[in-house]
Amino acid sequence: MAAELHVELVAADRSVWSGEATLVVARTTSGDIGVMPGHQPLLGVLESGPVTIRTTDGGTVLAAVHGGFISFADDKLSLLAEIAELAEEIDVARAERALERAKSETDASAERRAEVRLVAAAGKH
Amino acid sequence: MGAQIRVYKRRIKSVTATKKITKAMEMIAASRIIKAQRQVEASTPYASELTRAVTAVATGSNTRHPLTTEAESPVRAAILLVTSDRGLAGGYSSNAIKTAEALRERLTAEGKEVVQYVVGRKGVAYYTFRERKLADTWTGFSDSPTYADAKAVAGPVIDAVLRDTAEGGADELHIVFTEFVSMMTQTPVDRRLLPLSLDEKAGEPREQGAKAEILPLYDFEPSAEDVLDALLPRYVESRVFNALLQSAASEHAARRRAMKSATDNAEELIKSLTRLANAARQADITQEISEIVGGAGALADANAGSD
Repeated sequence: MAAELHVELVAADRSVWSGEATLVVARTTSGDIGVMPGHQPLLGVLESGPVTIRTTDGGTVLAAVHGGFISFADDKLSLLAEIAELAEEIDVARAERALERAKSETDASAERRAEVRLVAAAGKH
Repeated sequence: MGAQIRVYKRRIKSVTATKKITKAMEMIAASRIIKAQRQVEASTPYASELTRAVTAVATGSNTRHPLTTEAESPVRAAILLVTSDRGLAGGYSSNAIKTAEALRERLTAEGKEVVQYVVGRKGVAYYTFRERKLADTWTGFSDSPTYADAKAVAGPVIDAVLRDTAEGGADELHIVFTEFVSMMTQTPVDRRLLPLSLDEKAGEPREQGAKAEILPLYDFEPSAEDVLDALLPRYVESRVFNALLQSAASEHAARRRAMKSATDNAEELIKSLTRLANAARQADITQEISEIVGGAGALADANAGSD
């Protein structure tokens, strides 16, 4: 029990993923943070970035998260995001198109979102 | 055929056509309630986790934030009213508007200036017809709101609360929406969203019975202020989102009920019109018979006279 933590990844309009994990890596505004079981209670602000969840059965879950929070207490970790997508849900072609469009319109935040999606998707495929 | 019957037949036909439409609308609304309810449920985990986090920060640190501090003498209050875009939903929109008006009166009596924000075409129409000033309006998504819509609504409202009172900012934020209690009951309610008070935060998540648990001392990343800064607007957004979703479910339920009574009424009308048409037809037949009998009698009399 001590070696695992319960993870809830929830987006504003749905619950994206939940399960047991041994390590969660997410990007906060002050840098990447890794949370393992027994970590000190933590509440942080997330940046747009990929989230890596190493599950107890040795698998890896990758997700793209855009804005939100990470909160951890009592070996329970919740990732709250306005938008969250699992790597396998990401439509690579669509993200690439979005990236092109964002670049041509110089929309920095849209570009960042598209990049994050691609990074998360690439990690899986 | 008599003219009377023709009139009845025509009316029956038109009422039947109307009945078909209301029946279809009833069924569409019924299927959408389920969808809207599911959306409310799907958004609950996010809302309750967020509430937990807000409570954690508020209890775990002494940080003051404009969104949680009560103004000493509030002079301006914002009301966010959620109505529907389309009509044919019974008293749905007007009930919400009535609640908002009552709240407005109460706030005015307390000496506060009221700024109004309205979601939904019906509410906007109500206020523009009366030439009342609205701070901001949003339309076009009342029957299936997305989180992006909630964000668009919450943004300017939060800005108004954050702004200084002297510069036209609001001290309080109230939201008026229609709570989805059950398929048969939807009640318009007004809630004070901002400034958040601590006990309100603890009391709000109805589903969390285990609220008595002691929250651990959190490490804040990067700092308690920054976390609160980022957290509170999201919290308000999620409350607004929840209000929009509940309103959407209520709107569909109200429309279903209104359309159901319209269909029932049409059926009743068809029934009584059919009776009237039958009576008119029977009267026609009776008249025809008596005319024939009378005519034959007259002929017989005439023939008897000539003989």
